[in-house]
Amino acid sequence: MRSATPWSIVFDDVLVATGETLYMVVVSTLIAVLLGAPVGIWLQLTAPGGLKPRPVLHKVLGFVVDLGRSMPFLVLLVVLTSLTRLLLGSTIGPTAAIVPLAVGAIPFVGRLVQNVLAEVHVSVVEAAVTTGSSTVRIVRSVLLRESSPALVNAVGVTAIALLGYSAMAGVVGGGGLGDLAVRMGYQRFNDRYLWSTVVVLAIIATAIQFTTNRVARGVDRRRTASV
Amino acid sequence: MITVENLTKTFPGSTGQVRALDGVNLDVAAGTVLGVVGPSGAGKSTLARCVALLERPDSGAIRVDGTDLVSLDGTALRAARRQIGVVPQGDSLLRQRTAAGNVALPLEAAGVAGPQRRTRVAELLDLVGLTDKAGSYPDQLSGGQRQRIAVARALAASPSVLLADEPTSALDPDTTGSVLAVLDRARAELGVTVLVVTHDMGVVRKICDDVAVLEDGRVVEHGKVLDLVSDAASRTAASLLPGVDQNPALEGSFDRVADVVLIGFAAVGALLPEATSRFGVELNLLGGGLTRLGETPVARFRVGLKGERADSALEWISEAGGSVRRTLSGPQGVAA
Ligand SMILES: Nc1ncnc2c1ncn2[C@@H]1O[C@H](COP(=O)(O)OP(=O)(O)OP(=O)(O)O)[C@@H](O)[C@H]1O
Ligand SMILES: [Mg+2]
Repeated sequence: MRSATPWSIVFDDVLVATGETLYMVVVSTLIAVLLGAPVGIWLQLTAPGGLKPRPVLHKVLGFVVDLGRSMPFLVLLVVLTSLTRLLLGSTIGPTAAIVPLAVGAIPFVGRLVQNVLAEVHVSVVEAAVTTGSSTVRIVRSVLLRESSPALVNAVGVTAIALLGYSAMAGVVGGGGLGDLAVRMGYQRFNDRYLWSTVVVLAIIATAIQFTTNRVARGVDRRRTASV
Repeated sequence: MITVENLTKTFPGSTGQVRALDGVNLDVAAGTVLGVVGPSGAGKSTLARCVALLERPDSGAIRVDGTDLVSLDGTALRAARRQIGVVPQGDSLLRQRTAAGNVALPLEAAGVAGPQRRTRVAELLDLVGLTDKAGSYPDQLSGGQRQRIAVARALAASPSVLLADEPTSALDPDTTGSVLAVLDRARAELGVTVLVVTHDMGVVRKICDDVAVLEDGRVVEHGKVLDLVSDAASRTAASLLPGVDQNPALEGSFDRVADVVLIGFAAVGALLPEATSRFGVELNLLGGGLTRLGETPVARFRVGLKGERADSALEWISEAGGSVRRTLSGPQGVAA
């Protein structure tokens, strides 16, 4: 057992890795939400009892989404290398890891969003239908607005899930905290790396949870006091 | 004015098709209130949902001011929906919007500009008596207040028809009164034609001009409430008028026994005493009582008569506007 790495070096390495992790998580969450939310809306609209019921289309879409969700992330990471090369011209580094992270999270976000939208009570939606509102308007000012607190929480859940998956980004040279913990902490038995990355990961997860809770409460008008 | 013609709607059920509506015909004159009543599963909500253009009937027509709305699609369907204000069954307010924001929803859909929208919203909040709650969220309102906001929202885009499915079913009697008052006001002040689905005959008693009784998807009784109650055999009379207990022992001691329905102040107040003095008969009230349908006092009494001219007295009462039905328990004459 060699002597422990000086804290200053550990600190620098952890800082760099934190930056990589945040970059991967933030960008992949954004992309996953932007592409996954429409999938969720579509799933909900085409569902039996939805605004535009299309049972067959709904089944097919649901099947594809669930297939995507059941795919192990490591497999996705490898399978998507050619897509990553096509999009970015490279298959290594944090940016390259964002492609499989985002793609893997799209079906996850889709189901989350669908479940959240399904919670909006049918009589509320029908009330909007009877006002002669268009489907686009109902999606925007009823479905999305009414469930906005839950949607914000869904973004938080997605970000934390992606924080976990980003640990595997090391496979494609993505770096990040998880990678650092595995390479330096686990494989080289360096406890300082192991524990400091664990602490930072816990802080990030808590911060995401805290922030999304606050934002969710902020957009939730339901109990706002006013007279 | 709403006309429903030969409306049929079936649903696939576990044991074959369920005929929720089976050739329903109805009409509601402009500016009147029709109550649709009937046992659970009769098809009341299905009828309401068809008229609200939320459900497409298998066949038949729904006309509002003459135009059939059943076959419309797309933009035309959305425009037609604006002619019909709907208070859906259950809690239907957007919980993330204030009371005023909820009332504004149909105006946004109709593309009404901001300033006019605010004016209209204020008018409607005033109509339902909730101006001071404009900025409150649904969770801060009572059940009755929420329902009144739902009525205001339904009326916002100035529809010619207002449809309400069980608007008072979750409310206590006091709050029910406030919601019914708002429906009545909509008819009186805006001239809206109202169709209200209810299982509560109290709603019919308080605000309905007409009533339709639905059973197994068919209309088994339809007409003006005041006409139907004077027919003692009607379901409407049975459920709206004070009941009379059978008392054969007591009734046996009279020459004639009859059920009399009297409608209006004059009839209720004066007809029976006048019959007594005119024909020199002895008239006893054996049962029944007084009630009120809308503004009109209505009485149903079981009366026992003694005296030679008892038949003439009963005949006179029926000619003077009372509705007389001789009962089977007294010594019978021919039915009047
Ligand atoms: N969406 C549906 N799918 C299948 N069957 C339905 C559907 N909606 C209504 N029905 C059936 O149609 C019949 C009429 O139902 P409806 O809800 O119109 O009754 P209702 O008079 O409103 O009863 P209640 O007083 O209990 O509300 C019932 O037998 C019901 O089971
Ligand atoms: Mg019903």
